[in-house]
Amino acid sequence: MTTSRDHTVTKRPASDAVGRGTASPSSWGFGDGQAIPWEYAPAPESREIVKLQSRYGLFVGGKEIAPRSGQWFTTLDPATEEPLAEVARAGVEDVENAVAVARRAFRRSWGELPGRERAKYLFRIARILQERSREFAVLETLDTGKPIKESRDVDIPLVAAHFWYYAGWADKLDYAFPGRTAQPLGVAAQVIPWNFPLLMLAWKIAPALAAGNTVVLKPASSTPLSALLFADVCRQADLPPGVVNIVTGPGEIGLALVKHPDVDKVAFTGSTAVGKQIGRAIAGSGKALTLELGGKAANIVFDDAPLDQAIEGIVNGIFFNQGEVCCAGSRLLVQESIAEPLVEKLKDRLATLRVGDPLDKNTDVGAINNAAQLAKIEELIEAGVAEGAELYQPACDLPERGYWVRPTLFTNVAQSHRIAQEEIFGPVLSVLTFRTPDEAVEKANNTPYGLSAGVWTEKGSRILKMVKELRAGVVWANTFNRFDPTSPFGGYKESGFGREGGLHGLLAYVRLEDR
Amino acid sequence: MYDRSVSTTVDRIARELAESEAHELVRAWDGRAAGLGGFLGRIGNVDQVGVEERAAGLAKRSIKRESKLWALDLAIRMIDLTTLEGKDTRGKIHALCQKAKRPDPGDPTIPSVAAVCVYPALVADAKAALAGSGVKVASVATGFPSGQTFLEIKLAETSRAIEAGADEVDMVIDRGAFLSGDYAAVFDEIVAVKASCGQTHLKVILETGELGTYDNVRRASILAMAAGADFIKTSTGKVTPAATLPVTLVMLEAIRDFERRTGRAVGMKPAGGIRTSKEAIAYLVVLYETLGPRWMTPDRFRFGASSLLNDVLMQIRKERDGRYSGVDYFTLD
Amino acid sequence: MARPTRAVAKSAPQAAEAPERVAVRKTYKIYIGGGFPRSESGRSYVVRAADGTPLANAVRGSRKDVRDAVRAARAAFPSWDARTAMNRGQVLYRVAELLEGRRDQFEAEVGQAEGLSAGEARAQVDRAIDRWVWYAGWADKISQVLGTVNPVAASYFDFTIPEATGVVGVVAPEGSSLLGLVSRLAPVLVGGNTAVVVASESRPLPAVTLSEVLATSDVPGGVVNLITGLRKELVPPLAAHMDVNAIDAWGVPAEMVAAVEEAAIENVKRVARAPRGGGERIDWLDDRAAQRPEWIAAFLEMKTVWHPIGV
Repeated sequence: MTTSRDHTVTKRPASDAVGRGTASPSSWGFGDGQAIPWEYAPAPESREIVKLQSRYGLFVGGKEIAPRSGQWFTTLDPATEEPLAEVARAGVEDVENAVAVARRAFRRSWGELPGRERAKYLFRIARILQERSREFAVLETLDTGKPIKESRDVDIPLVAAHFWYYAGWADKLDYAFPGRTAQPLGVAAQVIPWNFPLLMLAWKIAPALAAGNTVVLKPASSTPLSALLFADVCRQADLPPGVVNIVTGPGEIGLALVKHPDVDKVAFTGSTAVGKQIGRAIAGSGKALTLELGGKAANIVFDDAPLDQAIEGIVNGIFFNQGEVCCAGSRLLVQESIAEPLVEKLKDRLATLRVGDPLDKNTDVGAINNAAQLAKIEELIEAGVAEGAELYQPACDLPERGYWVRPTLFTNVAQSHRIAQEEIFGPVLSVLTFRTPDEAVEKANNTPYGLSAGVWTEKGSRILKMVKELRAGVVWANTFNRFDPTSPFGGYKESGFGREGGLHGLLAYVRLEDR
Repeated sequence: MYDRSVSTTVDRIARELAESEAHELVRAWDGRAAGLGGFLGRIGNVDQVGVEERAAGLAKRSIKRESKLWALDLAIRMIDLTTLEGKDTRGKIHALCQKAKRPDPGDPTIPSVAAVCVYPALVADAKAALAGSGVKVASVATGFPSGQTFLEIKLAETSRAIEAGADEVDMVIDRGAFLSGDYAAVFDEIVAVKASCGQTHLKVILETGELGTYDNVRRASILAMAAGADFIKTSTGKVTPAATLPVTLVMLEAIRDFERRTGRAVGMKPAGGIRTSKEAIAYLVVLYETLGPRWMTPDRFRFGASSLLNDVLMQIRKERDGRYSGVDYFTLD
Repeated sequence: MARPTRAVAKSAPQAAEAPERVAVRKTYKIYIGGGFPRSESGRSYVVRAADGTPLANAVRGSRKDVRDAVRAARAAFPSWDARTAMNRGQVLYRVAELLEGRRDQFEAEVGQAEGLSAGEARAQVDRAIDRWVWYAGWADKISQVLGTVNPVAASYFDFTIPEATGVVGVVAPEGSSLLGLVSRLAPVLVGGNTAVVVASESRPLPAVTLSEVLATSDVPGGVVNLITGLRKELVPPLAAHMDVNAIDAWGVPAEMVAAVEEAAIENVKRVARAPRGGGERIDWLDDRAAQRPEWIAAFLEMKTVWHPIGV
C-alpha cells in the first residue's frame, strides 16, 4: 500500500536517533537549521519497573484463571511490533462465568456493604494507584504506543483521581440526588477502547463500584495489560472477590457480554458503529445503557484569540495521544482574517514536534495503536489528497518497525470533504475557514457527531454565546483536552449519551427511589 | 474632448487630498502622533494559563550530555555578570572584572562572560579593569532601578555613561507612564535614549514584575522594539518576581512576531532570580524552541546574573570529572 | 500523677523482680501556627479522668494565645483556600491515615477521659476516623451540590459558587472529647477555612493528641490551631475577635450563648448554633444526626456572578 511517506515535503537523510524530527520551523530563518550542537537526548524511561508475565489469564472472582475457551492471543508493542505477552481469549462460557461471579458478589458481599466501607476500599485503590504510578505509566506506554510524557503526566494521575473522587461519593449517595435514595443497579457490563485503556477503566469502574454495583469489564484486544495489572491492585486492596472481573478477548466477546441476560447495566466507549451494534443487541432488554462514541470536533479560532496559546491548544487538540481521541479537535475552523498567519505559525510549530520512541521522555507524538488503525488513517490521508485538500507534513524520519504517521495538516478543506466529515482518529488536522460567528457555529454543528468543541477568543460574551449555540457535550474555551473527575464528559447526537465524571456520572449507575 | 493629462493630474490631486484627509482622521481618532493607539491595538493578548502550561512543558525537555556541555559553555558566554549595589566600590568592581575575564582560574578552557553590568559611576573602573579583554561594559542608566526622575537627567546619565566607556546601556522604561496608559510617553522616552546612545547597544528593561499581566509584557515588548531597542530585558533584579520562564516565553514570542513583520531581530535578556544551571538550560530550551539556532548566541541572548556563574562552573566540573563539587572550589568575588 | 500503665503482676515473688520502668510522660501543649508553644501566660490546670484521677497538667490558655492563634490562622488562610479541592481532600484523608495509625493511643485517652469501656472507646475512635474520611471526601463535591447555574430572565450567564469564609472559631463540644471535636472541626476545614479551636475544658487531652497528628500530617501550620484552658477565659475573646469570620458555637455552654452572640455580631460573624436542646445532646455515633453537608455550607459564602451572552 502507498504510505503517507510518499507525500512528504522533502525526504530527509536518515539520522542516528530514530524518529527524531529534523525539520525546523521556517520562522527560524533556515531551511535546515544552523549547525549548532543542540540535540535532545534520547531520555528513555526504563522498562525495568514493569514485570511482564509471559501469560495472563482472566481475572474472575479475585483470582487469575485460565480461559475455559482454552484460547490465547498476543498483545504487541505498537512502536516495535514486538510481542509483549500472551493474554487469555475468553469464550462465551468465560463470559457467563464472570457474570455469575459478579452477581454472587453483588448479592452476598458488595451489595450488602455500607457505603462507608465501600468508600474505604476505593480510597485504598486510589492510593495504591498513586504508589504504583510509574509502573502503570510505563506499562500503558508499552501497550498503547502513547508517549511516556502523557501516560505519566495525564493518564495515570487522572486514573487515581477518578477513584479518589468516586470513593468520596460511596458514602454520600443520600446527598447526591435531592429527596431520592440511590440504589445500585446490580451487575454492570463495561466495554472499553484502546486509546486510554486504564483511564477508560477508571471512568467505568470507579462510579460503578461507588454506587454499589459489581462489574465485568472487557478491555480492548490491543491493550489488555493495564487492566490486568489493575487486577493486582484490587488484590492488594483486598477488594472482595468478584466485585471487579476482567475478561479479555476480541470484539465478539464484548458483544456476548452486553447481551448476557443477567447484566443490568451496559456501558460502552468506542466507535459509533460498534455503539450502534450494541444498542441493537440489547434493544428491548430493559438494560440501562450509556454510550460514549466518536467525534469530529471543531476547534474555532477567532481573530482576537491569543494566537500563540491558540496554537498550543490546536496542537494539543489533534496531536495529543496521536489524535486517537474521541474528542480530538480534528477540524480547525479559523476566522478567515487570521487564517494565513495562524496556519504559518501552525506549520512552524508542527516542525518542532518529536515523533518517536514512546518511552523517550522527549517524544511528543508516539506510535499509532494498531495496524488496522494505521491503515484507516493512511486511507483517509490519501482521500484528502485526492479530494484536493493541500497536505503539509513536517519532515521527520520514522522508525523502520512499528506503526507511525507524521503530524499531518490539510488546508483548503471544504465541509464536503471526507476528511472534514469522517472521524480519522489519527494525527491529521483539517483546516477550514469562516467569516462570522454564525457561520462558525453552523459549520461546527454540521455533523452527526457532537462530542466536543473548542472556542478561542478574548471576548467573554462571545465565548458564552458560542457555548450556548454549539451542539456539543463538552466545550473548551481558550483551552482544549482538559479532563477532571469532577467534570462531566459525554456527547450529543451520535457521539453518544450519558455522562462520565462528576455528579452526573453517578446517575448512570444508580436507580433512584423515593426516601 | 478634454486633455487626458489634465484630467489625470486632477484625479491624482483629488486622490492625494482624500488620502491625506483620511490619514488626518485616523490620527485624530488614535489621539496621538505616530498613531500609537492603533499600533498597540493590534498587538494581541496572551492567555496566562496557556502560556504557563507551555513554559512548564518546555521545561521537561532533556538535552543530550554533549549538548549540555555546549549549553553550559554558552550560558557562561551569555552572562552579564552583575553588581548593582549602593556599596559597590572600585575594589569590588576590580574583583568582579577579574572573575568576568577568567571565571575559573584553574581552567583556561572556561570562556569569559559576555559583559559586566554596573552603575554609571563605576563604568570607568570597570573599563580599566577589563582593558584588553573582550568582555563588554554594560551600564544601567535612566534612573535605574525606578526610573522616577526627569527626562533630562535620564538622557544626561546615558550620555555620561557612554563617555565613561560603556559599550552597552541597560535603561528602564517609565512604568508609571505605562500603567497609566501613556504609552506615547514611554515610547518617546525610549526613542530619546536610543538617540543618546548612538551606536551604543541599548537594552530596554520592562520590569515585568511591575507590569502585572502577560498582556502588558507583550505590549511593552512590542512598544520597546518599535522604539528601537536592541535587546528587551525582563527586570532590574530589584523587584520580585524578576525573570520567569513564562515571562521570557512571552517576550520571545513577541520578538518572533516582530521579526516576522518588520525584519528586525531583537535580543532578549532575562535578569534576576536565575541561580542554577538547570534553570539556565531551561531558558535555553525555551529560547531554542521559540526562535531557533540564530538566537543561541550572546549577540541575541544574555543572562543577567551573578551567582549563576559558579553553579554553571560546578556543573561543568561535574560533567567532566563525574563528581559533585562544593562551594569551596569556586571563587567568590 | 497516674498514667495509663499496664497492670503490674503482683503475684510473682519480689526477690528477683526488676524495678518497673519509669515512663517518659507527655507534656500537653497548645498548637499554634504548626508548632507547640507554651502559653505566654505560663499557667496550667489539672485535667482529671472521668473517675477523678488526675491525668496531666494542661495549658491554661490566655486571651493572648487566642490572639496569636487567630493571627496564625489568618496567615495560613490564603494558601489553604487556594489549593485545589482535590488537594485539600487528599490532605485531610491523610490525617485519617495517621489517626488510624495512632488509634491505640486515642482509645486509651478517650476511654480514660470519658470513663468508657474498651469497646465503647474503640467505637468512638472508629467513628471519628470514618467521619474524618467522610468529610475529606466532600472537598471536591460540595460545590457541585451547593453551587448552581441560575436561569435568569435575560441574556446572562449567571452562576453561584461557594467559597470559604475565612477564619473560623470552633468551641469544641465539652463531653465528646474526640468524636465530637472531629465532627465539628472537619466540616470547617473541608471548605477551605482555617480554624482556631477551643478544646473541651474538662477533657482536652485527646484534642492535643489530635494536634500532634495534624502537625505530622500534610496540613500546613496555622490551618488548625488548638488552645486548651478555661471556657470562661477563652471563649469571650474568640467571640469578640474582629478578625474571626465565623464561630461554631455547638460547644458553648448554655449560659454563655447570649454573650457570645452579642460579641460576635460586632463584626457580623456567622454563628453556627447548636440544635435545640444544646450541642451536648447529640448522639455523635449516629451518622444521620452527626454528619451533614450543611455543616460544611455553614462556613461557606455564596458568590454569584453575571456575564452577558452575546457575540
